[in-house]
Amino acid sequence: MTPFYKFQFYLFALMAIGAALLFVTRKSPVSAALWLVNVMFALSGLYVMLDAPFVAAVQVLVYAGAIMVVFVFVVMLLNLGRPDQLPDLREVGARIGAGLVGIALFANLLAVRREVLPVVELAPPSDNVVLPVAESLFTDYLLAFELTSVLLLVAIVGAVLLARKKAVT
Amino acid sequence: MMIGDALIVSAILFAIGVVGVLTRRNAIILFMCVELMLNAVNLSFVAFAKLHGVGGHVFVIIVMTIAAAEAAVGLAIVISVFRHFGALDLQNLKLLRR
Repeated sequence: MTPFYKFQFYLFALMAIGAALLFVTRKSPVSAALWLVNVMFALSGLYVMLDAPFVAAVQVLVYAGAIMVVFVFVVMLLNLGRPDQLPDLREVGARIGAGLVGIALFANLLAVRREVLPVVELAPPSDNVVLPVAESLFTDYLLAFELTSVLLLVAIVGAVLLARKKAVT
Repeated sequence: MMIGDALIVSAILFAIGVVGVLTRRNAIILFMCVELMLNAVNLSFVAFAKLHGVGGHVFVIIVMTIAAAEAAVGLAIVISVFRHFGALDLQNLKLLRR
């Protein structure tokens, strides 16, 4: 692992965490969505650093390019009004509960830190990065792949039915 | 050790997503926090794929598909909630509490 790669890795990690913090504190849905796109780009950089360039490309195309566009499109469609008139935070009880959950997750994090991960040196990735993923996807995980296509069909039908102007009687 | 660091980044992002889901009241921002949590899990899948082979990448692609389906259906629900209540405040959604 060269120092250059290490530097890039920590740079993208800091970008992801900082953008996520900014995302979760924004009031306006549009700026929150744009910070979330920033998180997704930083994560795609992290995927490249972790030897998964195909997943990085799919991350940019699907998450930043498709899912977040749908979010921004819905914000545009709904005409929500000014950000300072929008509902913001829950009541105090829920916020205290969220703090407790955050502390529990942080304790979990420290426990993970104490475990020592086994050092396994895999073979360096070959130039062809799509082939192993495709082989695995279309042999070992073929059933999951086919079920996913059925799920997407159900989701399309459900979304169209839910977003119709008038319910079918 | 880059895998451990990636797992810690993933845990931090997941915790930020959980706190967002638990504290915000705007339905669209809540959905975006769920997407952030899915992304954090994807990062840990990719990190573990360095230890255990390429299956993790396949999981990430399937999780992305599920996230797309969830976003489509969830945003359709958001649109119909907005049509019904005229606002995205989750405090409105307590018809079952009576």
